[in-house]
Amino acid sequence: MSVILETVGLEKSFDAVVAAHNINIRIHAGEVVGVIGSNGAGKTTFVNMVTGYLTPTAGQILFHREDIAGMPTREITKMGICRSFQIPQLFPELTVLDNVLIALTIARRGKRGWLRPAIDAGLTQDAMDLLARFHIEEHAHKLTTTLAQGVRKLVDIAMATVAQPRLLFLDEPTSGVSAEEKMSFMATLIDALKATDTSVLFIEHDMELIEAFAPRCIAFYEGTILADAPTSQVLENDKVREFVIGAEFHRSADDDAQNDMQKGA
Amino acid sequence: MFTTVAIILDGFGFAAWLFLSSVGLTLIYGVMRILNISHGGFYALGAYSAAWAIGLYTQTGNTIALTYLIIPVAAIVVGILTGLLVERGLLRFMYGHEEVLMVLVTYAVFLILEDVTKLIWGTESYVAYQPAFWLGTVDVAGIPYTIYKFLIIGIAVAVGAGLYWGLNHTRVGKLLLVVIHDREVSAALGINVTLFFTVTFVIGTTLGALGGALTAPEISVVPGIGAEVIVMAFAVIVIGGMGSIGGAMIGAVIVGFARAMSVHLYPPVEMFSIYLVMAVVLAVRPYGLFALAEGRKI
Amino acid sequence: MKDFDKTEWALVIAFPVLLALMVLLPRWLVNYVQISMGMGLVALAVMIQMRAGLVSFGQGLYFCVGGYAAGMADKFLGISDIFLILILAVAASLVLSGVLGLLLRRYREIFFAMLTLAVSMILFSLLSSSHGLGSTDGFNLPQASYLGWTPTGETGTAALYVLTALLTLTSAALIHRFLRGPVGKIVEAIRENELRVEYLGTSAHASVHATYMIAAVISSIGGVLWAMSLGHVTPEMANWTTSGQFVFIVILAGTGNVIAPLVGTFVLEVLRVYAVEVSPNTWQMILGIVMLLTIVFLPKGLWSLLERASKRSLPHEHAQEQSQ
Repeated sequence: MSVILETVGLEKSFDAVVAAHNINIRIHAGEVVGVIGSNGAGKTTFVNMVTGYLTPTAGQILFHREDIAGMPTREITKMGICRSFQIPQLFPELTVLDNVLIALTIARRGKRGWLRPAIDAGLTQDAMDLLARFHIEEHAHKLTTTLAQGVRKLVDIAMATVAQPRLLFLDEPTSGVSAEEKMSFMATLIDALKATDTSVLFIEHDMELIEAFAPRCIAFYEGTILADAPTSQVLENDKVREFVIGAEFHRSADDDAQNDMQKGA
Repeated sequence: MFTTVAIILDGFGFAAWLFLSSVGLTLIYGVMRILNISHGGFYALGAYSAAWAIGLYTQTGNTIALTYLIIPVAAIVVGILTGLLVERGLLRFMYGHEEVLMVLVTYAVFLILEDVTKLIWGTESYVAYQPAFWLGTVDVAGIPYTIYKFLIIGIAVAVGAGLYWGLNHTRVGKLLLVVIHDREVSAALGINVTLFFTVTFVIGTTLGALGGALTAPEISVVPGIGAEVIVMAFAVIVIGGMGSIGGAMIGAVIVGFARAMSVHLYPPVEMFSIYLVMAVVLAVRPYGLFALAEGRKI
Repeated sequence: MKDFDKTEWALVIAFPVLLALMVLLPRWLVNYVQISMGMGLVALAVMIQMRAGLVSFGQGLYFCVGGYAAGMADKFLGISDIFLILILAVAASLVLSGVLGLLLRRYREIFFAMLTLAVSMILFSLLSSSHGLGSTDGFNLPQASYLGWTPTGETGTAALYVLTALLTLTSAALIHRFLRGPVGKIVEAIRENELRVEYLGTSAHASVHATYMIAAVISSIGGVLWAMSLGHVTPEMANWTTSGQFVFIVILAGTGNVIAPLVGTFVLEVLRVYAVEVSPNTWQMILGIVMLLTIVFLPKGLWSLLERASKRSLPHEHAQEQSQ
């Protein structure tokens, strides 16, 4: 398998705080990688650097051997690296269909003049097809603010795929999805992405999902990589068990308490 | 030498006036996140009411000394009455909206106040020179300078120091700083945020009215002074960073001296210099010269 | 023309209607139609920026650039040909907005509002103290000529009216196309979530810059037409209170359609005539109150009432209406 992304000695510090230290990761074409680590371990910082939201303090980010460190987000997107967000980044006052239509408009804008209507029957059909692939076509005409969190997550991910990425980061795709539904949610997602032959790197707190969907797993701890190996090995690793999974156990207990509170309200 | 002294005197004179006219604006923005265009309207109301009251009083032929009491009383009455009316009657229903929408809301209030002023006092000009005239002038390095201007500089310093002390050394002030820092946390702590908003707005409008009332003896009070002052107040608070009292003070000095220099060196660019300073500061440091950077969003 | 939508057809039909009005309406009212077309273009400029969530409190800058370009072309270059004047005004506004846009495109919300206000006030203060340009009194403009033809009297007024109507409707139609086109959609998305726009692979700054420049161009065209029909320019054109009126029109009329700010301007101008006659000191108060009522009860402006009504009568077009 060919390497599509390689980071070399990636560093990020905010004043005195080191958010990422010596991150060396290789991602191969078509790979699915799970990323674990407690909050503040540097997972999202890593994604933010690779997608151009943050500029690394030092190090290289090689995408197809070209250094993209410090390039603007939009250029990186055009090159084929996209992401979804922990908190879905949608166009809140528009319908699901309009959200996807705008995403498609931007992805294909090079082919259209300024004074040509951006949206036509063909584009609308493509948008509906995309929604169908994520099984959310019945929500097409709803405002995104009225949707359940799980559906919003899928819309967010669907929008991340319109630029036909070679590499897709999913930042906690199942956060906000109820425990019972997580497994089928992730199955839908991975299934929809399989069709596109995209490398996927997803951040996840649920070890069951990591085990089920990610053949390889990377564990972050305090801005460094604690382990990077086949998932079964990583989950058996003593350090990972102590610093990551132990912390996760407490965290998920907190999460459950929070979910209960939200349901009550 | 002569010009230098004149620039320094006028620079501080302008700065004091600018600070008094804009400190209420920055206070309201700092606490409530409302860029209050209607501040110009409160300034005009203060100027008109003071000029009108002084005019009525001086007709009686009594001692001029009492007019110095009329100025703050007029400002306080106007500030409390209209401030309460606008905040309780309108703004409190709009809290939580985007900052830009609040700009439009206060613009509407500004338009209304403009006509309220015209309806009460008509469109003719009011002159209430007595308080400024009565104190006479003093010679500073050969330049006659009205003592009233020194009085205004003194009041500006006192207001600035008073606000600083009130915010940092009183219980209420410290609570207000908590509200400024984080509205939700302070509500959770049991701080009555609504009450703080009302009080802040009334203090802010009273300060605006005071700025107008103190200026009334030095100018001829005519329609349109509110529209003029609000833009200058924007310039002042933008330069120092909106919401910062100290920033308003420094902004006032910068704008005041820019204006004084152009007045004495090349008068045609007087107004131009002010807006230019504002635009340049906005261009270089959009959140003001002393503002802090914002945190990560995703 | 087969791909024209309802709005574009309405603009096409509006041309003969406007010509008929010129013949049928009394002289003074025709005047107001003409003046409000010029101002309507500026309101349209404010509207397209508001689509991006940007409130310009300084659109008067380009209104003034247009007006003064017309005046100065005659004063210093002896040019009174309206087409040359329009070219000069458009060129001036393109250059100015191209440069200022590099700066302004980085700003949003109140900072955009304040910076547009500041740069507009710079021009206002410069013109107010330029003795050569009549200071605060401004100066008079010549009668317009058309490629060597200089009509006077009634013919002159009529010629300018026809040109104004043609340019206004054409500009509105082009703006409508622009808003439906890819950049227009991106601009709408910027208002909603700029981060997502960047992550979809396009520059939010570039789209804001383009929108700002287009707004500048149509404002300067509006400025030329307005000034030529009035025959006079003053620095007031760049004052922030003038810009505030354009903002008012858009708040009232709504950003739903390009026709809204044009009609809104006309209605407002006619109301002003009556209000100023009946009660000169309450006009701004009425504006303020109407603005507050609109913000509270009709946040999408009067146009949203029309949209609602048409949706009720044509439910099957619902989805299509929404995507426009």
